[in-house]
Formats: sequence, structure tokens, C-alpha cells
Amino acid sequence: MTKDECKKAVIAIISDIAPDEDLSNLKPDVRLRDQLQLDSMDFLDIVMELRKRHGIEVPEADYPKLASLDSCADYLTPKFNALAAKS
Amino acid sequence: MKTGAHYDVVIIGAGLSGLAAGIRLAHFGKRVCIFERHSAPGGLNSFYSIGGRKFDVGLHAVTNYVRPGVKGTPLGRILRQLRLDRDELGLCEQRQSRVAFGPRGELSLRFTNDFGVFESEVARLFPGCVDGFQRLVRRLRETIFSPDSPALSARAVVGEHVRDPVLVDMLMCVPLYYGSAQENDMDFGQFAMLFQAVFFEGLARPYEGIRRILRLLVDKYRQAGGERRMNCGVRSIVARNGRVEALVMESGEEVGADTVLSSIGRVETEALSGGGEAGAGSASRSVAGRVTFVETMAIFDREPASLGWGDNTTVFYNDSERLDYSVPEGQVDVRSGVICIPNNFDYGPEKRLPEGIVRVTCLANYDRWARLPEESYTADKKRWFGEIQASAWRFRPEAGVQESFESAVATDMFTPRTVERFTGHRNGAIYGSPTKSLLGTTAFSNLYLCGTDQGLLGIMGSMLSGITMANRHVLSRTAG
Repeated sequence: MTKDECKKAVIAIISDIAPDEDLSNLKPDVRLRDQLQLDSMDFLDIVMELRKRHGIEVPEADYPKLASLDSCADYLTPKFNALAAKS
Repeated sequence: MKTGAHYDVVIIGAGLSGLAAGIRLAHFGKRVCIFERHSAPGGLNSFYSIGGRKFDVGLHAVTNYVRPGVKGTPLGRILRQLRLDRDELGLCEQRQSRVAFGPRGELSLRFTNDFGVFESEVARLFPGCVDGFQRLVRRLRETIFSPDSPALSARAVVGEHVRDPVLVDMLMCVPLYYGSAQENDMDFGQFAMLFQAVFFEGLARPYEGIRRILRLLVDKYRQAGGERRMNCGVRSIVARNGRVEALVMESGEEVGADTVLSSIGRVETEALSGGGEAGAGSASRSVAGRVTFVETMAIFDREPASLGWGDNTTVFYNDSERLDYSVPEGQVDVRSGVICIPNNFDYGPEKRLPEGIVRVTCLANYDRWARLPEESYTADKKRWFGEIQASAWRFRPEAGVQESFESAVATDMFTPRTVERFTGHRNGAIYGSPTKSLLGTTAFSNLYLCGTDQGLLGIMGSMLSGITMANRHVLSRTAG
């Protein structure tokens, strides 16, 4: 998986969690919280959906790594690839 | 010990909070089962049929209504958390409502889903209180209801800002009637939550009433993989070393659970666990609420508008000098109450309810109703039905119309006794215990409360309660 594909997977999750948000012009380097109305409940859901859909575990200490699309891609892409290598 | 099924989470009660919690948990793969004593879901907000008519119980209006695009409010949070599309709720806005005081409602503050209307009404009737009212409004807008908020008397805070005692009563009236388990006052945080829900946000209703919301939640829950057992009441909670190990059903069946969420009320939950251990562990011994209501429904073969009700959706009325929101000495207190006219929501140009409905809710005394022998119970219901409706009809916006509730083609009424029988809430206490458990914790480390006694109020509040308790006590613990 490339970082761009990883970002798409994250955007797919956000669009299901918050279908009322416009995700077409998300800036990858800006915190998601600053561009979208996402509260802590929504972030919990991003973590839960990552696990449900992709089997990816994000420990609570790593939640800050999900701040922006870029940081999500940096953090999650290796996890996606490690899982793909295992299966 | 005979052991039956085992679940990650067992939820007691298929009301709005239990269903909302269940949707969250099932969506994220928890093995979850809701046990409900009755054959119908809904708990305090349910419906029943008599003579081919379906009556709503509980729901007057859905509070917290905001139009599409308004973000950061409870409605949006609920839609997101339950993965609902707002169209699925089918919410239709109120036309207009009033707080009407004085023997015939001479002092009347109109409100709609546009807060500006209420503000200008306050300015018109209480010109001397405008500045104080605006300060109060700012404070209410800034207040976030949270478990960490210090306990404050709403009456004291409102009184600090607003000098006129009549305006204080008029401002207290709607939040008290829509959610206070306490007499004549309530916690300021809860007051702010309800004030926001009704005045800053607004009132709406699905054309099909509470049935639409319940059907939606039940369907979502099933699609998410949740199990539901109806006609299956819980007889007792078996605990050891401060943890719940199993639930014993009325049938004798035993069900194990890692976590239990109980929506049936704090005192009611403690009673299932034998009371003793829970009571000893609780910081404050909980008290069953006493605030309860009677509700009357009059059905007409005409629109209520043609009976003098205009386009009023709800009317909070009081005929006395001061508002007295307390348990009456007699069976019912008809001096104040809430009138709801489900016809007067804006269902669209072509859509009308098949019949006219005027619902009136008044404060009642549980003990007085509970100890009546059957013959007098029926006779008293009939007598009070007339008194309650007659009292309310004084507050029609067009009092000149020579019609009365006596032209009703059908009537029904429920009392605190009915409420207790169908919801299991002690004393028929609609808003539960005056002592809330905002964190939802109990004396048992894996038993949590959701619903009315957790402290979030109203239809949306109860759903949010189920959501937040499921998040806090189950999902966020297993997320990392």
C-alpha cells in the first residue's frame, strides 16, 4: 500500500463517520480537527473503524499520530503493509 | 451453577438509551444482547394501540432539532455515532409554542425554532429584564453539561440574572416539565442542557411519532448484529467480589456478561442486585424519584386548529401567581401543565395526521393513584380527564371558539400507576431519581447505568446517554 492509498482508506472511514463533512478539499498537512468538526468521539470511531475494517490496532498513546492525513499515512502505511505481508 | 449464554455486554431495557448503546457495541463487533421485560421496545418513550388507534407515550416532541448544516450539536453527534442519515428520522419542525401564564394565559411568550422570536417576546413582555436575560442567555450558551460541573441551583442562577420572579418561573417552566426529577428546581447544568435543547435548538417530530424512531433504532441494531430478547425481564443480578457475574432472568435462565449496562434506573438496578452490597458501596444512597404525571389524550374528527388551538404545537401553562412544580397533595394538580398538539408540526403541505389530538400532561401524586381500588380508579380517571382537559382548554390562543374537549371522539389517559407498570420505574417517576449518576458508575466495577438516571434527558439525551456510556465504559477501554 502506498501512502496515497492509505490516505484514501482514512478518508473513506471519515466519510462514513461524518457524512455531513465536505472532504473534497482536505489539506494533508493540516490537522483534521482544524479542518473538520471532529470531536473525541469521532476520533474514537476512526480508531475503532481501523480495527474493524483493516485489523489495525492503534494504542491510545499513538492517537496524536492520527492528527493529519500526512501523519496518518506516515503512521498507518507501515502497519497496513505489515499486515499485508503476514497474510 | 447452570450457565446459559455469555455476552460481552448485556443491556437491561430496550428503551432509547439501551438501543443506542446496543447499536454502538454491535457495530464494533461486541457480542451484545438487550433484555426487555415487555413485548414492545421504547421504555419511557413507547406506544400502544387501543381501538385501532396508536398512542405515543412519553414523546411530545423531539428536542435538539437543528436544520441540516448546523454542526456541533447533540443531533449531529447522535446521527454520526449511530451511523444514521438525518432523513431516516423524518423530523418535521414545530409551528410555534408558548409559555402561557395567568388564569387564561394572558402573559404569553411565544417560541419557535428561531431563538430570535423568544428573545423578542421576552423583550416585549419584560422590558426591564432584557439585559439580565441576555447575560443569562450568554451563560447558557457557554454552559457545557459535564460530570465535572459543580452542582448549582438553576433557580438561583436564573434569579441572579433575572429580577422578575414571573419571568424566572416562565424560564424555569419548560426545562422543569421536560426533565426535572426534582421539585421546583433542578441542577443548572441539566437546566442549561434542556434550555439549549428546546430554545437554542428546537422541537420537531416524525409524522409517525416515536414509532418511527424506535423502528429505526431496532432495525439498525439488528443489522449491526445485536441480539434482543423481548418479554424477558431480569429477576436478579448475581455479583461476587464487587463484580457482576451473571443475570438471572424471570424465567430462571442465567446469562453471563463481561459488562452490564442497565437503563432501568438507579434504584431499580440496585434492587436487582439485592440493594445491600450496592448500597454500602455507594457514596450517596440513591432515592427513587417522586415526580410523576398523568397524561390525557383527546381525539377529534377535526384539526385542533378549528377548535381554537391555532398553530400551537406545545403550550406550557400555569394559571397561578407562582409556578408550583411539585408533587401535589391531591391526585393531580391541574393549575399547570403541558399541552401538546401533534397535528401542529409542519409535516409538509399535503400531509396531515388522520385525526386531531390534544394531549395534556399534569403533575400527579403516585401514592394517591397507587392505593385506589379498581372501581374508584376507573371513575377517578374519568373525572380527572375532564378537569385536566378543561383546565388546559383555557389556554387556547383563540378562546372565542365555542368548542370544548367534550366533542372528542375518543379519549385515553394514563396515570403514575400505568407508568410504573409499563416502565418499571418506581413511583412511576418519569424522570427517575433526583440523584443522577453522571459517570454511570455503580458499586459494581462492571455494571454501569445509562438512560434517565445517568442524567442526560429527553429523547436525544437518552440516546446520547447510551452512546456515551457504551463509548466510555466499553469501547474506549478496548480501543487501544
